[in-house]
Amino acid sequence: MKRRTILAGAVAALALSGAAYAQDKTKVGFIFVGPVGDGGWTYEHNQGRLAVEAEFGDKVETIFQESVPEGADAERVITQMALSGADLIFTTSFGYMDPTNAVAAKFPNVKFEHATGYKRADNVSTYSARFYEGRAVQGHIAGKMTKTNKVGYIASFPIPEVIRGINSAYIHAKKVNPDVEFSVVWAYTWFDPAKEADAATALIEQGADVILQHTDSTAPQAAAQKAGNVITFGQASDMSEYAPLPRVSSIIDDWAPYYIARVKAVMDGTWESTDTWDGIGPGMVGIGEISDAVPADVKAEALALKDSLADGSYHPFTGPLKKQDGSDWLAEGETADDGTLAGMNFYVEGITGDIPN
Amino acid sequence: MITLEKRPQPSKLWTAITPVLAVIATMIAGGFMFAILGKDPFEAIRTIFWDPLFNEQFAAFSRPQLLVKAAPLILIAIGLSVGFRAGVWNIGAEGQYIIGAICGAAVGLAFYPTESFFIFPLMVIAGALGGLAWAMIPGILKVKFHTNEILVSLLLVYVAEFILASMALGTLRNPEGNGFPGSRNLKEYPSAFNAELLPGSGAHWGVVAAIVAVIFAYVLFSKHMMGFHIRLAGQAPKAARFGGVEPARLILFCLGVSGMLAGMAGLFEVSGPAGQISIDFNVGYGFTAIIVAFLGRLNPFGILLAGLLMALTYIGGELASFMLGVPTAAIQAFQGMLLFFLLAVDVLTNYRIRFGKRGIA
Repeated sequence: MKRRTILAGAVAALALSGAAYAQDKTKVGFIFVGPVGDGGWTYEHNQGRLAVEAEFGDKVETIFQESVPEGADAERVITQMALSGADLIFTTSFGYMDPTNAVAAKFPNVKFEHATGYKRADNVSTYSARFYEGRAVQGHIAGKMTKTNKVGYIASFPIPEVIRGINSAYIHAKKVNPDVEFSVVWAYTWFDPAKEADAATALIEQGADVILQHTDSTAPQAAAQKAGNVITFGQASDMSEYAPLPRVSSIIDDWAPYYIARVKAVMDGTWESTDTWDGIGPGMVGIGEISDAVPADVKAEALALKDSLADGSYHPFTGPLKKQDGSDWLAEGETADDGTLAGMNFYVEGITGDIPN
Repeated sequence: MITLEKRPQPSKLWTAITPVLAVIATMIAGGFMFAILGKDPFEAIRTIFWDPLFNEQFAAFSRPQLLVKAAPLILIAIGLSVGFRAGVWNIGAEGQYIIGAICGAAVGLAFYPTESFFIFPLMVIAGALGGLAWAMIPGILKVKFHTNEILVSLLLVYVAEFILASMALGTLRNPEGNGFPGSRNLKEYPSAFNAELLPGSGAHWGVVAAIVAVIFAYVLFSKHMMGFHIRLAGQAPKAARFGGVEPARLILFCLGVSGMLAGMAGLFEVSGPAGQISIDFNVGYGFTAIIVAFLGRLNPFGILLAGLLMALTYIGGELASFMLGVPTAAIQAFQGMLLFFLLAVDVLTNYRIRFGKRGIA
């Protein structure tokens, strides 16, 4: 009984000091799915975290946990972070969706931001990037640059996000090169250098001279460099250490502006639950420097395409487009709606092979 | 000159102290590692071992979490210890855990959205049978064709992972999940949800099963003929054969028990803490349980303590990671040290150290 009282007193004191503490410093937590040194997805989220620190200095304290498995462990880690007094927590992978919402229900005063999911609550926002816009630029360059007309694509998991990327890249490669063929390898991983290298090598041996990747390590870049005469694109981060060849450009996730804006909103007390899906225009998706290995005219076209995506004058999924089975999807001039894109589970016409089930 | 001299009998005293010694050595070596990383070693060690249990801010939440984390480890490790004592090396508990989870969840989802009291028991049975069936593959291959159960069971883990991915993306995918991978969340389906038995206690049916398994294993080893056969086969295979132990039956029994318990652990996890079949459902409990089994000296009560200790390093490691910024890899190295030191000091159980010059013969 006595011990209970002491404990309760301590908790109360801590809660008070915690509240006082929270007033002068905003505590922002990040849950990462990979190591911060993965050079891709998590690396860029961590860059966003560092940008928040740089922007707000000692008005903010950031904490993070890397390599958190997407499942039962995530819920515990997020809870512990909320208990530690975080005001805002970013959970940066799809698999944290249910855990984030479960913890958010228990901590109504803590704000949560879940990347790439679709479940929201009063204190849970979602955010994601329109990477398929970047894929359009990659597809254009790939279609122009391939000599064997074979493009290899290292895909992670057959989910809408990845399928959108394949479709977008294919549509724009096909547009500039009607003979182009895509070979898709499903690696069933986001980050596994050994598997990714194997996939890249296999694709190159089958004659692919362009490798696109939707996995996060630089292993495919290294495999392409070893093979020679193969071009690649950086994924999630610039991977510029492989420029000018094999890496000729990249899709860069830039979370910094969004993270800074959301932390600011918490500080100002204006934070509200929102659903953000930004692309090249607002700067969430960046196109890395197109290297000199790309001919000047192709580079100019690619940049023009990028600009038209940025100002919204062009949508990567503009009709006429058919699905793989030949059925009509988009009529002439029609563009895909976000709902269809968010749940995309089909290939467009011309891509061979099946989406694994 | 330091020499090792084999003891005629493994020392009882050292059998008991070596785990404690290993933990202390891990703390010291780990402390040095944290110091090299620029972290206060005392604070780091305190955060890992003390804070999850006694820190006012976290303990109320993390203490029950110890049970949640330890239950699957203990349940699997108990099963493995049965085989390990008999010299049957099931390294593929991770695969049996996955298949158990898939079978159990599939049974539950087949009934969705019917509510009934018998759904959960059926899921438990399906989980156990799934794990059993997966373990019977290396078992039958070993009995019939003398294949190596270490390799077969290990490689079947990778097969199980592919089946898991295929289930999460195909057969068991949530039809209302907007095309994203993963099954329905069983937490939102009361008849299939393995909820906490007392709110806030962390104790779900898996914790109960782990405790029952500990008692069952204790009775098996100390009171039952089968337990005697297991120990005999492990320590003196030839004598066992003369003593009437049928090796085929023993192998199938050992693999069967460990597969069943691993399958049940998978089911309790998927229907409780994890909630759904997803591509990354498995997080290595099947492999960590091997460490737990040896850390607990293959003794049921030892395994109970070892499972709790391992869970403590996980939860404390998470706290150290985000409170102090210790890299996750350093936490994993710290856990690795534990097994390393355990095996290293294990030498003292079977050998004694002699100082001084070796006599010249």
